[in-house]
Amino acid sequence: MRDLLEVTESGLYCPQGDFYVDPWRRVGRAIITHAHGDHARGGCERYLCAAAGMHVMRTRLGNSVAIDTLRDGESISINGVNVSLHPAGHVLGSAQVRVEYRGVTWVVTGDYKLQADPTCAAFRPVECDVFITESTFGLPVYRWQEPGAIAAEINAWWRANRDAGRTSVLLAYALGKAQRLAAMVDPSIGPIVAHGAVMKLVEAYRASGVRLPSIDRVPPRARRVGDGRALVIAPPSVLGSSWLRLFGESSVAMASGWMLLRGVRRRRGFERGFVVSDHADFPGLMRAIEASRASRVLVTHGFTDTLARLLRDRDYDADVLATRFTGEGEPDAPEADDATNETVADGEPAADEVEA
Amino acid sequence: MNDFTDLYWRLDATTSTNEKLAALRDFFAAATPADAACGLAVLCGGRQLRTVSSTQLREWAAATTGLPHWLVEECYAHVGDLAETLALLLPEPAEDAVAGTTPGLAEVMQTTIHDLRGADDDRKREVVTAVWRRLASRERLVWHKLLTGGLRVGVSRTLVARALAEVAGVDPAVMAHRLMGDAVADGVAFARLLAPEPSAADDRRPYPFFLASPLDRSDVEGVAAALGSAMDWQAEWKWDGMRAQIVRRGDDATVWSRGEELMNEAFPEIVAAGSSLPAGTVLDGELLAVRDGRLLGFAALSKRAGRRRVTKKILADIPCSFVAYDLLEAEGLDLRDRPLTDRRRMLADLVPRSFADVLVPGGVNDPGPFLSPLVPGDSWPTLAARRAESRDRGVEGLMLKRRESPYAAGRTKGDWWKWKIEPLEIDAVLLYAQAGHGRRAGLHSDYTLGVWHDGKLVTVAKAYSGLADSEIVEVDRIVRATTIEKHGPVRICTPTLVFQLAFEGVSHSTRHKSGVAVRFPRIVRWRRDKQPADAGSLADLERMIAAS
Repeated sequence: MRDLLEVTESGLYCPQGDFYVDPWRRVGRAIITHAHGDHARGGCERYLCAAAGMHVMRTRLGNSVAIDTLRDGESISINGVNVSLHPAGHVLGSAQVRVEYRGVTWVVTGDYKLQADPTCAAFRPVECDVFITESTFGLPVYRWQEPGAIAAEINAWWRANRDAGRTSVLLAYALGKAQRLAAMVDPSIGPIVAHGAVMKLVEAYRASGVRLPSIDRVPPRARRVGDGRALVIAPPSVLGSSWLRLFGESSVAMASGWMLLRGVRRRRGFERGFVVSDHADFPGLMRAIEASRASRVLVTHGFTDTLARLLRDRDYDADVLATRFTGEGEPDAPEADDATNETVADGEPAADEVEA
Repeated sequence: MNDFTDLYWRLDATTSTNEKLAALRDFFAAATPADAACGLAVLCGGRQLRTVSSTQLREWAAATTGLPHWLVEECYAHVGDLAETLALLLPEPAEDAVAGTTPGLAEVMQTTIHDLRGADDDRKREVVTAVWRRLASRERLVWHKLLTGGLRVGVSRTLVARALAEVAGVDPAVMAHRLMGDAVADGVAFARLLAPEPSAADDRRPYPFFLASPLDRSDVEGVAAALGSAMDWQAEWKWDGMRAQIVRRGDDATVWSRGEELMNEAFPEIVAAGSSLPAGTVLDGELLAVRDGRLLGFAALSKRAGRRRVTKKILADIPCSFVAYDLLEAEGLDLRDRPLTDRRRMLADLVPRSFADVLVPGGVNDPGPFLSPLVPGDSWPTLAARRAESRDRGVEGLMLKRRESPYAAGRTKGDWWKWKIEPLEIDAVLLYAQAGHGRRAGLHSDYTLGVWHDGKLVTVAKAYSGLADSEIVEVDRIVRATTIEKHGPVRICTPTLVFQLAFEGVSHSTRHKSGVAVRFPRIVRWRRDKQPADAGSLADLERMIAAS
């Protein structure tokens, strides 16, 4: 039988069902794993996403687009192909797409993580014949600490800054990471303040029923914010902008999986780097692959060659699938930052919201 | 080794000199004398014992983690640092294995590194894997670096001396002098190092160096407008060496770099030559690598300067001379306020041998000290003509010093100028790229560049820097996207990027496929406006060789 999913000019395509998963061009029917810019692009006729991600999708793609949703595990038939969505644990509403046709099952993970995240449903393994997995952190050097230990590190940094009268600025993706961090930290340390780009998604999360601590928006046209006690959550695109001056003396930290490497931390020049990622670490990838019970594994965005080779060593039928997804960017990409995608979508520079 | 691990990570986390100084101070104040002595030896880059090879470590790590060998290698290529790669790959120790007090740095180094000397491989493996089971990741990284002799921290000896000086409450130059000579071998020696009273032997301080400013004019009219009459100026060659002072006081001589680092260990023959000067003498001048009457250039010299211990072979391969151009102290008297003409006259009496006599074919290898010859010329056109000879002479241009000037401190503008020649340049195409190390680990930042010859691009130079960090990141992305083939760490790319390459000279050589090699190549800028077809050719370089 022909493959259920194949890479075409427009994206990952299911010929039997005539639909795309996370297409990178405008197509008729798009099933979206999650709302990050490299997976959810505008201009398609109809979208299908997980019900939990509806508000987030609307925030990113606008209110006018046609979006259908599926509840967790609910199945529909598209041209005879059964499609269902299952939690991927990446960000709110992120889903693995399960596609089944004549007894053959494929699963596309999109981005995923196995770590606990209070702001979205946990990754749930789905058995399949062919598993299409991301590989952003697909090298065994990438192993994450327990979220509790990272939260303690961030809290200690925030507390020390507060005691020294220094604002704590934490840089993170506007969608997902920012909200997760807000839910991870100890809000009794001081006020939490967010950049406008983060705030829009905080509101979408709240509208979806996710409980977050009290977060203040940085008021437009503000001249001075906070008194050195606040934790400011902002997208990395604010680096080097005058927006950061609103907070007076501050300590700037980056939250990203790449912060694990000393070389990356040093050359990006952040005072602190917290190793927090919404992607699976290497052991997580291996566990997910095993739990899928798939015999064939297709590896996309990340350390594709390496992971595919390792899987072949371990008797999987494994190959690289060349897609245009970018995962957590590259270690040094200045736009390793979802707010950049958002900037394009919104047609206004994210950092200018308060500058104007 | 908790104290030392904390110090390592504190130094690693900051670029601020003050914070580094504070971290060093805290370490030296808190560590036991034995651990402090051991840490000092490591910080000062003393010869580190390498009892286990990196190949063995990789093999044992592959076995311990159950990962295939090629994957360990790929991780290393990505991380760019073996100690860090292994620290990240190995499993975290069990909680109960790390509980309790950990032994100090001196004990750890003795039992897990020094004692392995002469041990068989099984024994080494047993010790190493036992340490792996005990140390947490952040401590493991530091230990790996100690084990492989690759521990480098971003602190100079001068900064270490400053920290120790603050702990001891003595002058930093006094401390630098105390750190000279025999290594601080144990806790007793360390305690002696911190003695609060300076002794007579402590007084070896150099004077603050007077620095020249660049003269950014090539045209004679511009120089005349800026400096006035050429008669007021003394001209010398601008040597391609290292600025240094020889301080001859008390019973010995010391050699100091411009960064006021003591360089006696790297330049023993200069120290010996300086000892023959009368007591109470300070010379300012240049260290130069010169063999058989030929200048070897800065690159050769830095091979010497980077060493704590020079071998006989290095001494023979890269002989050095000291060329004096100023006299700051004679018979114990500070001469810096006297006009240059007076100081020069006294210098010529004290150091009569001219360096010009050495720079002849087959000249003898002699440390000197020599007198820096004057470049005669009473008009700017004459001096400009002499400056044009610089490339042939292996010098960087002319130094212009006002005849009436005192020896000021720092970069006081107006009296000392360096009038350098313009570098040669060509536009070249990026052909291969290789990932860098340290701060540039994992980033493709070492470039091999080519020019056109017979319709093909041939390599002419390997160049490292010159681009801004953000540009390096951008180039890295293009390199990844345009890779045709990978050979280990080297990527062969589709030619798309053109860089303006500057260099000091060009000659025939078998080092590159093109048959020419350029001296001191560096990238000046990224020519985004140019396509590979617009780049220079081998014929352009041949013309430069013919013209020189």
